[in-house]
Amino acid sequence: MIDLLGYGAFFLTIALSYAIICLGLNVQWGQAGLFNVGVAGFVAIGAYVSGLLTTPALAGRVGGFSLPIPIGWAAAMVAGAVLSYALGWLTIRLRSDYLAITTFGFAVTAQLAALNLERLTGGPFGMSFIPRPFSAFAADPLRFGLFNLGLVALVLLAMFLAVERLSSSPFGRVLRAIREDETAAVSLGKDAKHFRLKAFALGGALMALGGAVQAHFIGFIAPDNYLPLLTFQVWTMLIVGGSGNNLGAVVGAVVVWALWAVSASAIGALVPADQQARGASLQIVLIGVALCVILLLRPRGLIGERRTISRFADGRGDTRWRRLRRPDR
Amino acid sequence: MSPQAIVDGLVAGSMIGLGAIGVTLTYSILRFANFAHGEFIAWGAYFALALVSVLGIGMEPLGPFSFGWLLPLAAIVAAVLAGGLAILLDRLLFSSFRARGSATIIMVIASFGASMALRALLEFVFTSKPVYFTRELQIAVRFGGGLRATPDQILMLATTVVLVVAIHLLLTRTAIGRQMRAVSENPVLARVAGVDVGKVVRTVWFLGGALAAAAGVMAGLLVQIRPYMGFDLLLPLFAAAILGGIGSVPGAILGGIVVGLCEALAVQTIGAEWRAAAAFAVLTAVLVLRPQGLFGKARR
Repeated sequence: MIDLLGYGAFFLTIALSYAIICLGLNVQWGQAGLFNVGVAGFVAIGAYVSGLLTTPALAGRVGGFSLPIPIGWAAAMVAGAVLSYALGWLTIRLRSDYLAITTFGFAVTAQLAALNLERLTGGPFGMSFIPRPFSAFAADPLRFGLFNLGLVALVLLAMFLAVERLSSSPFGRVLRAIREDETAAVSLGKDAKHFRLKAFALGGALMALGGAVQAHFIGFIAPDNYLPLLTFQVWTMLIVGGSGNNLGAVVGAVVVWALWAVSASAIGALVPADQQARGASLQIVLIGVALCVILLLRPRGLIGERRTISRFADGRGDTRWRRLRRPDR
Repeated sequence: MSPQAIVDGLVAGSMIGLGAIGVTLTYSILRFANFAHGEFIAWGAYFALALVSVLGIGMEPLGPFSFGWLLPLAAIVAAVLAGGLAILLDRLLFSSFRARGSATIIMVIASFGASMALRALLEFVFTSKPVYFTRELQIAVRFGGGLRATPDQILMLATTVVLVVAIHLLLTRTAIGRQMRAVSENPVLARVAGVDVGKVVRTVWFLGGALAAAAGVMAGLLVQIRPYMGFDLLLPLFAAAILGGIGSVPGAILGGIVVGLCEALAVQTIGAEWRAAAAFAVLTAVLVLRPQGLFGKARR
């Protein structure tokens, strides 16, 4: 029973840290319509920045300032915001999928840097001794787990309320207006570029915070944690939960992480040991197919965005292709 | 830059360029960045590998090359199969999004999901262990001035030139090529003018898949075959397509060669472990300096 409770706390803590990342993605995609394929890169930046600032000094490694954890988390957010602002600035005036390609390249490069800047990041061996919150209780795993769960839940709640408030504020309304029809919003005097950049930076900050929270909960990070698979998981979470809805982002994170954990342990139990790697790839196939099927059949996800535009307005899309629709559909 | 790095860069660049032609065509005609394009490269290589290992004949080295007569045949079959795979993916996935007028970005997300699934499927069937068409060793031919290239490498460069010229002629001299350009300019107007848009879309996917398979077989022959071989080429492909200018076939191949040379330069000067960052550097530079690319039309 105690074991189960402990595992539940561990599972939920990880799921909620994903929810923070997913919330950031929702600000970028769900609210502003900006496509980030480099989620893993921003999460990695957050984890490594916070790790560098809070770990104790180590011979042969740059960094290690033993600063308090909250400072590490704040710095992670700043780094995430600055980097996403810079990438956004580079591409925001161009076609929408240039941003996707650039963020993808950023994530590849960030992972490469984590792997190769050995004196800064520990290279392939990763960075250990990242201070864990409530480490005083580490002797009592249950209490330690519950306190950490509470902390992550609190951070998530604070971020959730802030983002909710933001989406119902004039800022959020302008963002949605730009997403739905940029020309119309610009003609009303809204500086679309400026608003989008802010949303992108905010989302990047949240992703970095999620990364930092995860890093401090586990206490160890390595470049392998930040592969494109992570980006893919977070995207699936948002699409499953329903993009545009902050609650959907949180629910999607917990549901998809639960499915992921259950299918992983099912494969662990059912598939013979020498075929485990194959089983793991089958897991990715299933999630990939599920993502495409949801996009095809239920693009609004489990919860979906509350409709705030006229019900006569059609969705969005490249009008040149839309007019090609056969009239019978 | 040493002469050897130039040869390495040209060889890598021609593989990138062949893949980038498919990226640039789907981008300009179907209007979205297809993140699953790298998988056509990997699937093409594995199609050829499966054929070669199932038949188990015809791989005794032919003349100065490291492979036998079967490989070119297997490459052609693999190209047809990869083209078919691309059409199938469009039929199952992207055509529904087009039909309902989904946002471009929805298609990009779907292509990202498809790429994960396709790659993991390869890992499931073939495992992630690297494999080779042949284990023959090749002796490089000296060209003087420190320039050396293996017969395989020279053949691959020649094949690339032939393929690029053929595609260029197809696009500029044939009816289907004109129709493709018409749809790229304006799909509605093209349909009004009697262009079979469905046929154009299928042709684009087939060409993209087949050229990617050609790049995959080359990469398999000169480097190695692994499930991630296509995904790792994705960033160079995009960088090359954007550098060349979206929609431009000569631009894509030239962009591929520039990216390949930059990678070789990075390997020489900074170190092999930073190779993958070279494409990102090229991409960033293009987006800052000339976002429409070398041969692209300036548009909003």
